[in-house]
Amino acid sequence: MTSALNPKYSFDTFVVGAANRLAVTAGHTVAESPGAAYNPLFIYSGSGLGKTHLLMAVGHAAKKAAPKLNIEYLTLDEYVEAFHASVAAGQGDAFRRRFQNVDVLLVDDVQFLTNRKEMQSELLRLTEALQAAGRQIVLTSDRPPPDIADLDERLISRLSGGLVVDMGTPDYETRVAILRRKAEERGARFEPGVLETVAQAEVANVRELMGALNRLVAFQAVNDTSINAETVKQILGLAAREGEAPPGDGRAAAAKSGGGDEFGEFLADVAVTVGKAVEAWRARVGEAVLRWEGEGYRTHRLEALLQRDAPGAVDEAITAFAGDVERLKALEAEVAELDPQAAGQSVFRDPERLSEAEEAAAKVREGGAPPPGPSAAFPLAAFAVGPSNQVAVSAARAALERPGKKYNPLVLVGKSGLGKTHLLNAIGLELARGKRAVVACLSTQAFIDELISAIDGNRVDWWQARYRRATALLLDDIHLLAGKERTQEELFNLFNLLQDKDRQLVFTAPAHPNTLTGLEERIVSRLEGGLVAELKEPDRDVKRAVLERLLTQQGANPEAALIDYLSDRPTDSVRSLVGMLQRVVGAAAAQDGPLSAGLAREVLEGQSARDTRRSSGFRTSGLVVSSLGGIKSREKVVWDWADVADRMIEEFR
Amino acid sequence: MSLVNFTTREITCKIVYYGPGRSGKTTNLHYIYGRVPDSRRGRMVSLATQTDRTLFFDFLPIDLGQISGFSTRFQLYTVPGQVYYNATRRLVLQGADGVVFVGDSQARQLDENLESLQNLQSNLLEHGVDIRTIPLVLQYNKQDLPRELILSPADLDDALNFRSVPSFSADALHGKGVFETLKGISELVLKKLAAGTAA
Repeated sequence: MTSALNPKYSFDTFVVGAANRLAVTAGHTVAESPGAAYNPLFIYSGSGLGKTHLLMAVGHAAKKAAPKLNIEYLTLDEYVEAFHASVAAGQGDAFRRRFQNVDVLLVDDVQFLTNRKEMQSELLRLTEALQAAGRQIVLTSDRPPPDIADLDERLISRLSGGLVVDMGTPDYETRVAILRRKAEERGARFEPGVLETVAQAEVANVRELMGALNRLVAFQAVNDTSINAETVKQILGLAAREGEAPPGDGRAAAAKSGGGDEFGEFLADVAVTVGKAVEAWRARVGEAVLRWEGEGYRTHRLEALLQRDAPGAVDEAITAFAGDVERLKALEAEVAELDPQAAGQSVFRDPERLSEAEEAAAKVREGGAPPPGPSAAFPLAAFAVGPSNQVAVSAARAALERPGKKYNPLVLVGKSGLGKTHLLNAIGLELARGKRAVVACLSTQAFIDELISAIDGNRVDWWQARYRRATALLLDDIHLLAGKERTQEELFNLFNLLQDKDRQLVFTAPAHPNTLTGLEERIVSRLEGGLVAELKEPDRDVKRAVLERLLTQQGANPEAALIDYLSDRPTDSVRSLVGMLQRVVGAAAAQDGPLSAGLAREVLEGQSARDTRRSSGFRTSGLVVSSLGGIKSREKVVWDWADVADRMIEEFR
Repeated sequence: MSLVNFTTREITCKIVYYGPGRSGKTTNLHYIYGRVPDSRRGRMVSLATQTDRTLFFDFLPIDLGQISGFSTRFQLYTVPGQVYYNATRRLVLQGADGVVFVGDSQARQLDENLESLQNLQSNLLEHGVDIRTIPLVLQYNKQDLPRELILSPADLDDALNFRSVPSFSADALHGKGVFETLKGISELVLKKLAAGTAA
């Protein structure tokens, strides 16, 4: 029952002028984000000024932006008919359901609601339902809502509640532009000056203008001669009106010189030609103004040109202007990628403020710092590999070989202190070696904090854009997302976006994702969709490698027996192994003695009472006795062994 | 030569009527002179021989008044058609913005027409002007003569109008086609003027 959208009626074919710019802008906005901006959008104008065209253009644009949207265009009459038909068939509810599922409802000619009480209440219900569901409604009428006779007060306030815009009759320049476009569409060619003459005629609406154009096209086709500006007037019967209001001095002069005679006619003719010739530059400037204004740029500079008497370097000025606009466009595009919000600034629409725009862009460029990258303290080479973490490491290597394609996402799970963070950062570092790589590697807590401050600073767009540019996203401790709904939402979107673009995602978690609580199902299922690789308790090989590396870093000469002893001791994580070593080293330092297996045994198996002699609050390796007297867990300690302390960061939350 | 002067807001067009002797160039000017109101025309200068042949040139300035804020002047010239006045012709042709070639429609004058047209081309070339770029219209005069004596405009077009420029049949003595021709050339000249300022 509803009409299909006429493909001819799109924004591309809509000629924008001063009289309808607001309506068109509103239409664009609505089409880009249905239901978000002006709801309902109410457009009114006299007949034949492009309401239906604009309405359909909104439909097309919305469909193009989101092909899945359910868009329905219909005139009020069709709506009424559909309603009556369904009521007659006893399907009134089906009718309502049908329209309540529409995402963008376009209703034409609403003024016919007059004297249709039942339709008014039906439309009121529908408007309320759609608005509540965040669906877009666009209506057109030939008059504003309060002027529609006999319209329900509630409906008036509903319809006026969004944005009510009108479209006026097009001005001369717009009329010329419309005629040119239509003539082009029809493949009709006219001599210069013909369309301008047609446009000079006062018309009430665009349809009349089309009628005049049609007559010319027909005349030209029948007579097989081209029409000139003079014959146009005869064909369209404009000559009589011309007499009433002589537009130019030339023609006035012609009238004075005793119209009708040959010289008078000649003079009139020449006047037209001269007028076109000397004013041609004005027309060019006018067209340029219209064009750039239509695209939303400020055109003061060009308008100033029109104030002058002589053309001067008009074309240079227009070219320079166009160049500036191009530059602005480039800047805006660049900025839009970095910070969509900043791109909306008016400086990017005013060629007079190009330098300001450059500055603004530079500022955004500075601010558009890449997201936090991996820490350089965790090179992949330093990661100790053994049977216990072989699976995870080879998965990581495979992911590095073909980032984003092999295991995406890669989820590293394992208990605390097994080197997840190390491996995560190591992957990040490797990925960051690539050309143009932007690797976002950070803890989930930092991710959440950043989002919160972005929301606080009203810079979420910027924040999103920053991560969307990332060629890889690595998040540590994904379980911290629990209960953070907004972050999960953002991560979900980011996740999909990055995965679609084959960008590598790596996460760490203390346990298998499906055992984590507080995570949304959609996130969990996505995490499981890649590879979940587990790191187990360190085996002897790993422990040995870690100990050797740490001791070498310390400059200590590791005694084979010490390493054997330590790596044979049961530990559940690398971190506790490091802790043990710390205590031994600390004890050795306190005694000023050598590092030996014996000392280690003494320290670790509780034969040493030396530690308790430490003054309270004394910070050292090993145990710390706090000033409050309580003994903190080894894992919560700040080591003054800086290098190792770096590795403990994640435990200090 | 500046056709359009934006500082003084003046437009000046020099239009030259060219063609073989006795084809009716001066008659064209006389007819125009007779139709222009006194206030708008300057004195027509005619230098003629005893037998009323143009010796040097005819000159008719017409003031078209203010058009779009420009005071517009047309200067109409004729050249002497006789072959031996070529130096004069060349001189008159200097700085012309447009040329009206007045041809004699009589069949026996066809060769003279062709010769004069070739002469126009070579004289323009002397001034460094390509006949293909200067605004030019053809007028086939004396179309009022008996059919058997003259060629039809179509035949003349075939014979003379190689470049398919606008052509007008005329009877300059009675004024038929005179202003049409003038309109035709003015339009071309002014169009060129528009193109000139656009560049």
